[in-house]
Amino acid sequence: MANKPNEASKLSGILAAAKAENRAALIGYLPGGFPTVDGGIRAINALIEGGCDVVEVGLPHSDPVLDGAVIQTADDIALRGGVRIKDVLRTVQEVATAHPEAAVLVMTYWNPVDRYGTARFAADLAAAGGAGCILPDLPVEESEEWRKAADEHGLDTVFVVAPSSKDPRLAEVTAAGSGFVYAAAVMGVTGTRNQVGSLAEDLVARTRATTDLPVCVGLGVSTAEQAAEVAGFADGVIVGSAFVKRILEAGDDEAAALDAVRALAGDLAAGVRRR
Amino acid sequence: MSDKSAKDYLPGAQVPDARGYFGAYGGRFIPEALVAAVEQVAEEYEKAKADPAFTAELDALLKDYTGRPSPLTDVHRFSAEAGGARVLLKREDLNHTGSHKINNVLGQALLTRRMGKTRIIAETGAGQHGVATATACALFGFDCTIYMGEVDTQRQALNVARMRMLGAEVVSVKSGSRTLKDAINEAFRDWVANVDSTHYLFGTVAGPHPFPMMVRDFHRVIGVEARQQVLDRTGRLPDAVVACVGGGSNAMGIFHEFIPDAGVRLIGCEAAGEGADTPKHAATLTKGDPGVLHGSRTYVLQDEDGQTIESHSISAGLDYPGVGPEHAWLKDTGRAEYRPVTDDAAMQALRLLSRTEGIIPAIESAHALAGALELGRELGPEATILVSLSGRGDKDMHTAAEYFGLYDDPAGGSAHDAAHGGK
Repeated sequence: MANKPNEASKLSGILAAAKAENRAALIGYLPGGFPTVDGGIRAINALIEGGCDVVEVGLPHSDPVLDGAVIQTADDIALRGGVRIKDVLRTVQEVATAHPEAAVLVMTYWNPVDRYGTARFAADLAAAGGAGCILPDLPVEESEEWRKAADEHGLDTVFVVAPSSKDPRLAEVTAAGSGFVYAAAVMGVTGTRNQVGSLAEDLVARTRATTDLPVCVGLGVSTAEQAAEVAGFADGVIVGSAFVKRILEAGDDEAAALDAVRALAGDLAAGVRRR
Repeated sequence: MSDKSAKDYLPGAQVPDARGYFGAYGGRFIPEALVAAVEQVAEEYEKAKADPAFTAELDALLKDYTGRPSPLTDVHRFSAEAGGARVLLKREDLNHTGSHKINNVLGQALLTRRMGKTRIIAETGAGQHGVATATACALFGFDCTIYMGEVDTQRQALNVARMRMLGAEVVSVKSGSRTLKDAINEAFRDWVANVDSTHYLFGTVAGPHPFPMMVRDFHRVIGVEARQQVLDRTGRLPDAVVACVGGGSNAMGIFHEFIPDAGVRLIGCEAAGEGADTPKHAATLTKGDPGVLHGSRTYVLQDEDGQTIESHSISAGLDYPGVGPEHAWLKDTGRAEYRPVTDDAAMQALRLLSRTEGIIPAIESAHALAGALELGRELGPEATILVSLSGRGDKDMHTAAEYFGLYDDPAGGSAHDAAHGGK
């Protein structure tokens, strides 16, 4: 498995380009199918237009055990709207086609992929122009079959590390991953927080000691100030719930929702350049 | 009577493998943030079960606090309705707190103390695991938070009051189907955020390794005692062992000691709700497909996109769209059989046992009784059937009263009773 940055991958190239500009990359998350499939595609495009280098398209799940109230609400809206895996793959395809400059990842709990078929999902995601996957409830020990399929289709597999991960464990996880390492800033579920934990900087340093992969920080980051702070010690800043919140707050006014997420992406993009 | 102690039965299990797999089922599908905590539980459990001080303390609690061994009761009048087969009840309902759940809770509470943690969280469906956990937390002086689906807090209100009386905080979970599945989701969210201080005292033989193995081991005492009691009472092994299966803890507990006894049929009774062929059931092994839910690979009620389908059962404790991975393995290997039992069949069995034996079972356990009635009619009067009476029915009196029309009706009569074939 890729132990070093996969130089050939689109994701690695984008992160390397941000590094060459002496800034952190901005990675934005929104669930697919939220608030509708087409509305979700427009919102994710707006994230990129606002300044996200990489987007994560969430695959809504009935049991989002790692998500806080904001993303749970969005997943619920998407699922009640009838979103299917094929809709999420179409979202990836439309966003990747509209924005070939960005890398499009899928973030999903494991069971939908397992049910869809590991090889089939990897093939269909690659065919849609996806760059890789983040699978937060698939630990390295259970990931061999997925990584084989992902490798075959040139997809990156981004693993999550947590403040509770001990150093030998970090080495195991980073050795298995590719693209970047997702460092969880705090112990907890997704959601905006007033402070990015001091744990994050320590975790990034400990992770870097084990790998040449870029290390990006997520969980709790919602403002330009926090993005700038994280950009001071990490290779990328990941923001999810703050975007979801903007869309929820806009209610039925899609234009307002798109303006709000585009503006937030712009603020955050300025933040990651203020390191 | 059994002379086996915890030091004999805890190390007795050969499966799962080192990664927690029972054949193709089990494993550890958890977020990275929980890996260290789950590994700590696994390591501490391995040390504890080899530690004579741990097993001695657990034995003493099971005997002097829980009241083990639990009795074995011949139910002659009930047997007459079961084709004349001899039905023997393993009386887990007579344990302190009123169900089998206390066996596992005491083991994990001792483990929590060994790990130096001071707070316990747990999920509960019917409230029996929540009550047992709140009880152990009172006994050991731990902080206690219990997650319970809003639907279940309403249908098991007595147990909510019991937990609060014992000093626990009960959180009513309003997400998803507002039942056991969602209570587990919420408990996992709490655990990820508070893992340094907190042990998640998982209540069934599901979840990530080592929980399916460890919870089974703590409940093995049921089968270890019962096997000897049946031999002492009847001079032979039973023809079948019957238990209800939601997550499957009481069933694994009573089945496990009998697994090597090839002549003993092991029969799990799943909740079929309004019927296994209707959309409203919780018959995971009968109607589900392999997938991953709550940390392990097992049978899951799911759609073709891997989204969990909401389950239904009149019994809160069986209303769960997953099942322990060892049951999935026992099903696939054919060593155990799993049968669906409808709400109606369970309620009729509940009333029958109440009126023939003076024992009011939990609605969960009534599913096993309904299974025994059916099986007895198949096997005939020569057969001996051991049934796990996993809990008592006090908590279910509101549901039963509504079902059978037992409350005084201002208009007189009891129309509901007649509708359900009441006598």
